[in-house]
Amino acid sequence: MSILAYNGAAMIGMAGDNCVGIAADTRLGAQAQTVACTFQKTFKISDTIFVGLAGLGSDVQTLSQTLKFRKNLYELKEERTMKPKVFSAMLSTLLYEKRFGPYFIEPIVCGLQDGVPFLSGMDLIGAPVFTDDFVVSGTCTANLFGTCESLYKPSQNPDELFETLSQCLLASVDRDALSGWGGVVHIITKEGVRTRELKGRQD
Amino acid sequence: MGDSAYSFSLTTFSRTGKLLQIEYALNAVSNGRCSLGIAAKDGVVIATDKKVSSTLIDVDEVQKIQSISPTSGFVYSGLGPDYRVLTRSARKNSAAYERTYGEAQPITQTVKQTASLMQEYTQSGGVRPFGCSVLAAGFDEDGEPKLFQVDPSGAYFGWRATAIGKGFVNAKSFLEKRVTSEILLEDAVHTCLLTLRESFEGEINGKNIEVGVLEKGGGFRILKEEEVNDYLNEAN
Repeated sequence: MSILAYNGAAMIGMAGDNCVGIAADTRLGAQAQTVACTFQKTFKISDTIFVGLAGLGSDVQTLSQTLKFRKNLYELKEERTMKPKVFSAMLSTLLYEKRFGPYFIEPIVCGLQDGVPFLSGMDLIGAPVFTDDFVVSGTCTANLFGTCESLYKPSQNPDELFETLSQCLLASVDRDALSGWGGVVHIITKEGVRTRELKGRQD
Repeated sequence: MGDSAYSFSLTTFSRTGKLLQIEYALNAVSNGRCSLGIAAKDGVVIATDKKVSSTLIDVDEVQKIQSISPTSGFVYSGLGPDYRVLTRSARKNSAAYERTYGEAQPITQTVKQTASLMQEYTQSGGVRPFGCSVLAAGFDEDGEPKLFQVDPSGAYFGWRATAIGKGFVNAKSFLEKRVTSEILLEDAVHTCLLTLRESFEGEINGKNIEVGVLEKGGGFRILKEEEVNDYLNEAN
């Protein structure tokens, strides 16, 4: 089994109308054994940028701290805020710098750039894909693609987006043994970020 | 610990609180050929006197204006070889920035990096300060055309228009009278040439000066000899 699937994860980034959302489960496992149900996998980088890190738990924590550090240093050096597109490029280079000893992470980036949704996903060595509807990552990507492809509609408002993300995530993790056990949804709008926790099945 | 007994900084404070080596470096700049630049509303122009010491020198092989990235350029007054070190470092840094962040490096960052390098050479052991000042033309983070000057001390300044090198005081007061915040690029090129001509010994032409132009929304370009001559003819 790949080390990428050792701890388990499920996450979605989805664009709405002038808003963008990210949802992820909160399980941390050691293969089939669940260790914790409150493991953080989505991180607020700034008021308009969230990153979701699916993969090896230790690398999730290391990378989230490195990313915050790099972003803070950038903002001090350049005296301006970091745009999601720039953050995504920075993450991509950060990952490729470790080409032959990578962080075992497949991240997704969600952000609002001048009110317009930005979404990108990449593999563990930083090869990016940019989409304008949704991106998924983790151990149950097949399920997530299925639910997202059926439930996604363009131009959803923040409330609709929250509903879609929650349903997509909960339905997908029910058919994946390595993810689930609670979830979290962040909706990013110009006005601010709204975070809600999902209960999810505990079996 | 340094490797040799001589690996200490040459730039040590004098009793009056001055760093003499830096002042000497500024003298080296003032002895160099004059360079000047104007930041217009829709672009930046930098120009320099590139008169050579002997008629036997092949002027086609003299390049004082250098592009750093597709959207920025440098020119200098002072020691040419020192300038080469700066352009090399700025080019590398600029390319690395674009590779990392996926967008062109703002000129403010290029300037900061160049200034840091120059500062380092005022405080390190076994080195001397750079014998040149640099004028940098580029876009800031909002895409606005900007002109900067970097000195051997590592100090940097943003200018609407400025001059460095031989006769810079006169050139600056000449520019002060002619440059407004509303000036446009075409006008700025002419003003640049006019200022250069004021202090020029002999006849000014496309062979003995160099002009670099950065257009808003476009890139940095060094004008060809014929283009410079065209500008000069328009002024006549």
